[in-house]
Amino acid sequence: MPSRTIGRNRGAILSQYYNRTLQLRMRRQSRPSLRDLPHSSRPSLRGYRVESDFSETDSRAESVRRQALVSNLQKLSVSDRVRMLRTMPLSMADKRQSSVSLVLPEDPLPSSGQIRVTSAQVLCHRRRPGSYCTACVLVTAHSLQLWQVALKRVGGRFGTGVLSYFLFLKTLLFFNLFLFLVTGLFLVLPQAVHPPPAVHPPPAVHPPPAVHPPQAVHAPQTPQLPQGPASFSGLELLTGGGYFSDSVMYYGYYSDTTLNRDCDNNGSLPSPGGWRGLDCARQGLSYSMPLAYFFTIGTAFFITCIILVFSMSRSFGQSFRVEQSTSLLAMKAFCSWDFKVVKTSSVALMSENIGTQLRELLADVTRNHANQTAGQRLWRLLVHGLAWTVCSGSTVACALAVHYLAQHMHAVRVLQARGEGGAGGVAADPLLSEARLLALPVGVSLINLLLPGLFNAAGWMEEYDSPSVRNSVAIARNLMLKVSLLSVLCFHWLGREATSGLQCWESFVGQELYRFLLMDFLFTLLDTLLGEFLWRLFSEKVLKKSRRPVFDIARNVLELIYGQTLAWLGVLFTPLLPGVQIIKLLLLFYIKMSSVMLNCQAPRKPYRASKMTTVFITLLCFPSFLGASVCVTYTMWSIAPSRACGPFRGLSTMMQAGRLWVEQLRDANPHLTWLATAHSYLVENPLFLFVAAGVFLIIIYFNSQVVGGQRKVIALLQEQIKNEGEDKKFLIRQLQNTHAKKRDAPARRSQQDSAC
Amino acid sequence: MGNKQTIFSAQQLDAYQDCTYFTRKEILRLFSRYRDLAPQLVPLDYTHQPDVKLPYELIGSMPELKDNPFRQRIAEVFSEDGEGNMTLEDFLDMFSVLSEMAPRDLKAYYAFKIYDFNNDDFICKLDLVKTLNKLTRNELTEDEVRMVCEKVMDEADMDNDGRLSLEDFQHVIVRAPEFLSTFHIRI
Repeated sequence: MPSRTIGRNRGAILSQYYNRTLQLRMRRQSRPSLRDLPHSSRPSLRGYRVESDFSETDSRAESVRRQALVSNLQKLSVSDRVRMLRTMPLSMADKRQSSVSLVLPEDPLPSSGQIRVTSAQVLCHRRRPGSYCTACVLVTAHSLQLWQVALKRVGGRFGTGVLSYFLFLKTLLFFNLFLFLVTGLFLVLPQAVHPPPAVHPPPAVHPPPAVHPPQAVHAPQTPQLPQGPASFSGLELLTGGGYFSDSVMYYGYYSDTTLNRDCDNNGSLPSPGGWRGLDCARQGLSYSMPLAYFFTIGTAFFITCIILVFSMSRSFGQSFRVEQSTSLLAMKAFCSWDFKVVKTSSVALMSENIGTQLRELLADVTRNHANQTAGQRLWRLLVHGLAWTVCSGSTVACALAVHYLAQHMHAVRVLQARGEGGAGGVAADPLLSEARLLALPVGVSLINLLLPGLFNAAGWMEEYDSPSVRNSVAIARNLMLKVSLLSVLCFHWLGREATSGLQCWESFVGQELYRFLLMDFLFTLLDTLLGEFLWRLFSEKVLKKSRRPVFDIARNVLELIYGQTLAWLGVLFTPLLPGVQIIKLLLLFYIKMSSVMLNCQAPRKPYRASKMTTVFITLLCFPSFLGASVCVTYTMWSIAPSRACGPFRGLSTMMQAGRLWVEQLRDANPHLTWLATAHSYLVENPLFLFVAAGVFLIIIYFNSQVVGGQRKVIALLQEQIKNEGEDKKFLIRQLQNTHAKKRDAPARRSQQDSAC
Repeated sequence: MGNKQTIFSAQQLDAYQDCTYFTRKEILRLFSRYRDLAPQLVPLDYTHQPDVKLPYELIGSMPELKDNPFRQRIAEVFSEDGEGNMTLEDFLDMFSVLSEMAPRDLKAYYAFKIYDFNNDDFICKLDLVKTLNKLTRNELTEDEVRMVCEKVMDEADMDNDGRLSLEDFQHVIVRAPEFLSTFHIRI
C-alpha cells in the first residue's frame, strides 16, 4: 500500500474532495447562511471521520468515487479546478489520472504555446479579482526572482529571521521603482525633452528676481549673477548642489508653462499662469507641466498608499490569530524547525537553540510563579524608570541640538548671502560654503548611529519578562528617536526655510533631502564596517573568542524605514530622488549581504519572523508614509510656492493649480459645473477627510467586536470537545462493564449447573 | 518562447503544471536537478514515461536535505513505495508541497505524516519522543524529553485519547503563523 495514503486511503480522500468540490460549486452559486451550517460539533457527524472509516479497498468503489470527483471537477471553472487539483494530498500519478479525463474539446485548456496560467495568477483567482488586483502586481513582481540565489544562501545559513530583512529591502526596492517610473515618465522625460529657457536665478542666492524678457525662448542667455561652480566638481555628488542645482533633478528646473511641440509661436513663454490663452496650445501636442506635476505626485502617493495598506492587511491577516496562544510547547516542537537552513554549522546551532528554548519553556510552564516581594518589584520599576529617563532625555537633548544647529546654519547662510549680495562679488570660498551645507546631515546621521548604542546599553541593565518584550521596547525607543528627529527637521524645512524668503526654497529643501539620504547611506556603510567587520576582527584577534557579532535585524530595518521616509518626503521637491534611493538600496543589498556572510552569525534568540514582518510593514505605513504624506499635503495645501522657480510660480498654493484647471474646464464647457462643485467639496473641504476617518474607525470597531465574539465561540467549542471526550470514555467504560457482566453471567450459570 | 524542450511532451508539462505549484521553467529546472543526482540512471527523454526511481541515498545527499534530521521521513512520505526511493513525479510533488505557494492545510497534512513515524495516522507518545530527539540531536535528557512530551500532549490533545490526530495537529498549526515560513525549502 503506498505510504502516501496509509490510514487515509485513496478512496477516503477522493470522497472528501468530492464533498469539497460540491461545496465549492454551491458556494460559487450562493453564500450559505449561518443557519445552514451544521450546529453539531460532534466530529463524527461533520463528515471527516466518516470518510476515514471507509476502509474498503474495492477498486470498483474507488473508481466510482473517482468518476464522481472528476465530474464535479469538470463543472468548476478552470482556475478553481487547478486550485482543487493542487491542494489534493494525493500522489501525482493519482492526480494525473483525475486530470487526464478532464480534457474536454469544448473546454479549451490553454496549450503550452500560449501564455500559461502561472501560479501567481492562480493565487489571484482565489480571491475576488476586482479588488485584489494589486496583489497580482505584488506577487508577479516577487516571482521575477530577483536575487533568488543570494536569498537562498542567506536563508540557508541564517534562517528566516535575517532573510526577512533582505525581503523587506526587496519590497522597498519595488516601491521605489514604481515611484521612479511614474515620475520619470510623466515629469522628468517631458521636461528633459523640452528644456526651459536658461534664464533663472540660481537657487541659493537672494538678489531680486530678474524680469523675464518675452522673446527669450532659445537664447542661451547666461545669468549675470554668480552661480557658484558651473563645472562638475566631485563635491556635487555629496551636496547635490552646484552642477546639479540647475538640472532636471530639482523642482526649480521645471517650467510652469504648457510644453508644446511643433509650434510656430514662441509657445514655451514663461508667462504667469502659463495656460490661459495660448493659441498654439491647440496645435500639436500640449503638456501642461504644472498640472502634470500636481497630479503625478498626488496619484503616485495615492497608489502607494493603497498598495501599502493592502500589503499590511495581508501580512496582518497571515500572522494574526484570534485565539491567544496557550500551546507554546507544542508550537515550539512542531513549527520551530526551519527547513530552509542547510549549512551544517547553522543546523547544529539551530538544534542547540531549539533545545535551549524547549528547556526554558519547560521551566516557565512548570515553575510556580513565585511572587516577587514588594521590594524587588519596586527595584525593577526604578530600574525601568531610570532607563526610560535616560533614553527619552537623550532623545529630547538630541532633538534640541538638531533644532539649534539647523537654526545656526540657517543664520550663517542668510548672513553669507546678504554679504554676497551687498558686495556684489564672488563668494568667499564656494567649496567651503557648499561643504558647510553638510554639517546638519552629518550631525543627524551621527546621532542615528550612536544613540541606539546608548539605548542598547540602557536595555542591558533592565530585566524583562520575555525576549519579545525586550525587542518591542528597543524598537519603540529607536522609533521615538527617529520620529522626533524627522519632525524637528520637517518643522525647520517647512516652517522656516519655506518662509525665509529664499529664492527657490523647494530646490533647496530637495537638495537637503538628497544630502540627508546620501549621508544616511554613508553612515550605514560606516556602521557596517565598524560594527561588523572590525568587531569581528577585534573579537577574533584580540579577545580570541569565536563569537561573531549578531546581525541586529530590528535596527537595520528601522534604518531602511527612515531612509524610505526621507525618499517619500523628497519626491515633491526632487523628482529623481526615488532613482537615488534605488541605487542606494541596490548597493546596500550587496554590501549587507557580503557583510552578513563574512562577519555575522545566526541569532540565538528566537525571532518571530512573520510577526516582525507585520510590525515592520505597519511601521512603514503608519509613522513613515503617513508622516511623509501629511508633510507633502501640508506643503501643497498651505505653503506658498516660490515666485521665481518651479511649475507653480505665481500661484498662491500648489493646490490652486488643480482649482484653476477645474475652473478653466468649467468656463470652457458649462456642462462640467458639477465637476467644479464636486472638486470644491471633496478635495478642498477637510470635512471629507474627517468623514472618511470616521467610517474607517467604525469598520475597525466592528471587526474587533467580531473577533471578540469569535474568541468566545472558540472557548465554548473547546469545552464541548473536552466534554465529548469524557462522554466517549464513559460510554466505553459502560460497554466494557456490560460485556464483562455478560461474560460472567454464563460462567456463573455453568458453575451453578455443575454445582447442581 | 517556443516549445523547444524535448524532455517532456506538451501534455505531460501541462499536467505537471496543473498538479504542482511550479511554472514550466521551474519544472524543467527541477528535472535538471533530479538528473544531476544520477545522470546515468535518468534518461533525457521522459515522453514515454520511463520507470526510473532514484534510491534514497541519492535523494538524501542533496544539499537541501543532507543536514535535515527529518530527511528520511520526508523521502519516505513522498515516495510511492514508502522506502524513500523517488520517481521524478514524487520529487516534483515533494518540492511543490515544500514550496512557498503551497497552502497551509496541504503543508499541515504532510507535516503530520512526516512526524508520524509509525504511520498509524496518529502522533503518539513514541512519535513525539522521536521527533524531539531528532530536533535537539539527543541533547535533552530522558526526563526532560518525557516532561516535554507530556506537556505537548496536554496542550494539543483535545479529546484526551492520549495521541494527536490530524485535527489536533492542524489546530496547533493554525495558531502558529511561523509554520508557513519554516516548512519551506527553497530549490
